[in-house]
Amino acid sequence: MIGFWNGSERKIKMKPFEIVDTPIEVQKYMDYVLHPSAGAVVVFTGNVREWTHGVKTLYLSYEAYVPMAEKKMAEIGAEMEAKWPGVRVAIAHRIGELQISDIAVVIAVSSPHRKAAYEANEYAIDRIKEVVPIWKKEIWEDGEEWIGAQKKYPEKGVEQK
Amino acid sequence: MIKVNYFARLRELTGKGEETLDRDSMTVAELLDWAEESYPGFGADNVQVAVNEEYALKEDVIHSGDVCAFIPPVSGG
Repeated sequence: MIGFWNGSERKIKMKPFEIVDTPIEVQKYMDYVLHPSAGAVVVFTGNVREWTHGVKTLYLSYEAYVPMAEKKMAEIGAEMEAKWPGVRVAIAHRIGELQISDIAVVIAVSSPHRKAAYEANEYAIDRIKEVVPIWKKEIWEDGEEWIGAQKKYPEKGVEQK
Repeated sequence: MIKVNYFARLRELTGKGEETLDRDSMTVAELLDWAEESYPGFGADNVQVAVNEEYALKEDVIHSGDVCAFIPPVSGG
């Protein structure tokens, strides 16, 4: 747990890389990454989409291997700090049942200048989709399915990048 | 004893979230073979294994006390 002071000088404790089972409050993650040297904060939210390839989703159900997922998200944060020095990162992913338009994931990245924050933010969502053990089930009117790309066991492991 | 966790499709297929194997050691490849034989339709070709919360290679050795997880293709975000 890392603490910081928000604008009203109230001490807030939060985990910068976390799996949550309640609605995501974006402001908390924006506040966490903001600091005096940051000239830009880029926030991405991934939201539940109603239509995918012509199929109507009623709702989604997300599941995670929580301790490993939080560890992998923290590793992604470390990768970003190595690639774009000066960025500060917070990532949260929600699990459980999510309705249309709910926020499934938030990625907040600050940096001294905007380009790095944009680039690092996109890198984060790409890596989350590759390595973080979280699974999405789409529930439709006439069925349901766990989503996930088919792929063979990687000979060198999935950590390679 | 080796503990294994199941998630998502595999949790539903096996009907359980976890179980314990009475083994001292085995490779990741052997664990995947065991799962395929134990649970028809497991689809081990498409499943990775994490050992103590790290992705493992097929030749890696799992020891008693380790916590493993079968990781089907992830779909977060």
